[in-house]
Parts: sequence; C-alpha cells; structure tokens
Amino acid sequence: MSKKPLQFTLNGDSKAVFVEDGQNLLDVLRRGVGDLSPKYGCGQGTCGACTVLIDGEPHLSCLTLAETVEGRSLSSTGGLAQGADLHPLQDAFMRHFAAQCGFCSAGMLMAAKALLDRNPNPSRDEVVEAISGNICRCTGYEPIIDAILDAAQSGTGRRSA
Amino acid sequence: MSISVKTFASSAEAASALSSDRTARFMGGGTLIMRAVNEGDQSFNAIVLANDPALKQVQPQGDRLIIGAGVTMAQILASRDLDFLHPVARAVGGPAIRNMATVGGNLFAEHPYGDMTAALLVLDCQVTLAGGQSSALVEFLRDRAREPRALVASVSIIRPQSGVFRFKKVSRVKPKGVSLMTIAAWVPQSGGRISGARIAYSSMGPTPMRVTAVEQALEGAALDEAGIGNALAAATSGIEPPTDSIASSWYRKEVAPVHLKRVLLER
Repeated sequence: MSKKPLQFTLNGDSKAVFVEDGQNLLDVLRRGVGDLSPKYGCGQGTCGACTVLIDGEPHLSCLTLAETVEGRSLSSTGGLAQGADLHPLQDAFMRHFAAQCGFCSAGMLMAAKALLDRNPNPSRDEVVEAISGNICRCTGYEPIIDAILDAAQSGTGRRSA
Repeated sequence: MSISVKTFASSAEAASALSSDRTARFMGGGTLIMRAVNEGDQSFNAIVLANDPALKQVQPQGDRLIIGAGVTMAQILASRDLDFLHPVARAVGGPAIRNMATVGGNLFAEHPYGDMTAALLVLDCQVTLAGGQSSALVEFLRDRAREPRALVASVSIIRPQSGVFRFKKVSRVKPKGVSLMTIAAWVPQSGGRISGARIAYSSMGPTPMRVTAVEQALEGAALDEAGIGNALAAATSGIEPPTDSIASSWYRKEVAPVHLKRVLLER
C-alpha cells in the first residue's frame, strides 16, 4: 500500500504526516497526529462524534478522505481549551451537565462552535438544527441545547480557538 | 484491502479513468464511498477524484438551471437561484453531512436515502454525464444498477413557478431522521384544474420513483379534498414498499395516502 505526504494545520499547528491511500481523516487525526479528541462512533456518517471543522465548516472526519485536506485548516475539540482555561462552550457544557458518558461531546462541541462562529445569537431552533447530525444517547439533548444557548447568551461562545 | 486514489483535474479525465478500470468508483463528497470503505466493501479497489471547478457550478439557462454534480447541499442552501430546493437540501442530514453530500452523489444513494433525487424527478431533471451523453433522470435511475460507475457532470432542472413545487420528508425521528417516505410534487393548475402533475417518492422502492398512477388520477382534477380522492386511492398502486428498520411495507402503504394528501393540500 502506497503512502502519500499530507500537510495541514490542526488547531493552529502545522502537521505533516504520511497517509495511506483510502485512509479517512479521523484515522489520521487519531493515529497519525495523536489527537484523540474526535471519536469513532459509527463510521457511517450517522452519529457525528467525529465532527471536526475544516476551514471553519463542520465535516465528518470518518467520511473525509484524508488526502483531500491538503493545505487546509482543521479545528478539533482538542484545541478548544487554552491550557487549563476551558473554552466557554466547554464550560457551559460542564455547568449544564451536558455530558454524561461524554462520547458525543467532542462532536457536539464542534457542531456548536461552527454555529456560534457563524451566528453568535442563535435561536433555540437554530441550535437544534445545528446539532441535528449529532446523536446523544444519554442526555436527551436538552442540557446540550441549554449549554449552547448559555454560551451564546454570555457572548463568549464566539471566541476563536 | 488496498485502495488506490487517483485525482484528476477534469471530469473528462476522471471519466476516462473510470471507464478503463472496472474496480474504480468515483467519489464526490465521500458520504457514500467513504462509508463503503469504512465498512470494508470489497467491490472496488480504486477511488477516482476530480478537481473540476465546473462540477461545483450552478448556472441559469433560460427557464432551467444547470447544477454541477459536485454542488453540495450546503451550496444549495446558500444559493438564491435554488431557493425552491432549500427545504429539500435542509432535509438531508445535519450541517456536517450537508457540507459534504453532493447532488450527483444523491442520484446513487441507496434506499432509504435519495430525498434530493425525488425532488429532481418532478423538476423534469435531465442528467448529463462527463462524456456529454444526456438522459432523463427516470432512465438514469433505471440503468443505475447496471452501470453504477457513470460519472455525472451535471443535472438540468426546470425552475418552478411559485406554489407549483411541494416537498415533504416523513421521518419518525425529530428533527432529523432517515426517511420513512419522501414525497415531491409538481402540481401546475390551469383553469382551476390540475394539468401535467408529476409526483415522486423515495424510500418506497429500491430507487426513487415517479408515481404515474397518482399523476394520472390528478389529471383534470380540482386541487381540493374531493378532487384528489382518486389520487389518494392510487397512492401505492403497483408499489411494493420495502420493509426495513424504519417501517414495514404494510405501514408505508397505510400512511402513504395521509402524507400525500398533506403534500397536495399543503397541510
């Protein structure tokens, strides 16, 4: 199996790795560059646990052919906190008990970040729509929606990371 | 399985590569092909990509619109020219899927997917391949199983006048879920009577389909509860819907007239 060089930016840091033909981006992020924040849930595009931002837009990394992100800018949940300082969305998730098992949180946070970056004052319906591709099997979604609205209302959800 | 990836600058070169390698599949947004790769699909061992900007374009052409096969659902939602398709694009997955899923890919989506294809079926869709050959979408879908590797360059659809085009995706999961059935309708009226209606379903058979029995029953009828009675009675005439984890064939047949009525009368 041939390998190809791939360069991209992840959470502001330049990354250079070799990828296998057909390898998906999630695999490259987790095994190639060691970012374990995006999760492998279904591998079918159903659960959203692997959501990352590519040039600011949410994408499912498990369905993204790795070599198509050459030269692009990626953001994952691993880059949200600044040292010990949580991102306002992470802080709101914690305060609203929006994570129980936590497996969906990485994808939920990136879907929410994409929304607040584009729309700092979303309605409840817009939040529901933004996370409509992300499945949570613990919370019943309400604490997650409340957390995202809280981060938006505090005016800090838009902080870039 | 070893998979090779070949990237080409033009869709013509990509089509040539596809035709010379029967183990190759074309990848647009990746939501179908990468899913197959993740599932260990052994039916192909090469992925062909095309970085052709023409695949991403939307162009008006008289009373029609040419939509590149690589146009994503998110692009449709950002296009004023395609505002009548916004409810359709919004019905496809969440924001991440919509940033990836393409119009061309939707033509190849297996049951229970293909919501956009149902809409295109009633918009007089013509499918143009990278080689320039063109065919009606109905014929394209009929031949799809025989030639699953065609590289679609664009689709051409008619731009509907206000109120003629309707769309509804029925799902048991809110706000988003897999389709139980999707209905698209083109219901033009002349002198208070329906004339030239087109009705299409997806998730009611192996591929999205035109529902000619309903179309015939609507011809000349008034668009009101009494007028559409025969069409509702014919809602599943000649159709044997699939049974899957979403619904049984029996259930799909039972609810089809209810949802068809809601679409036709916009309730």
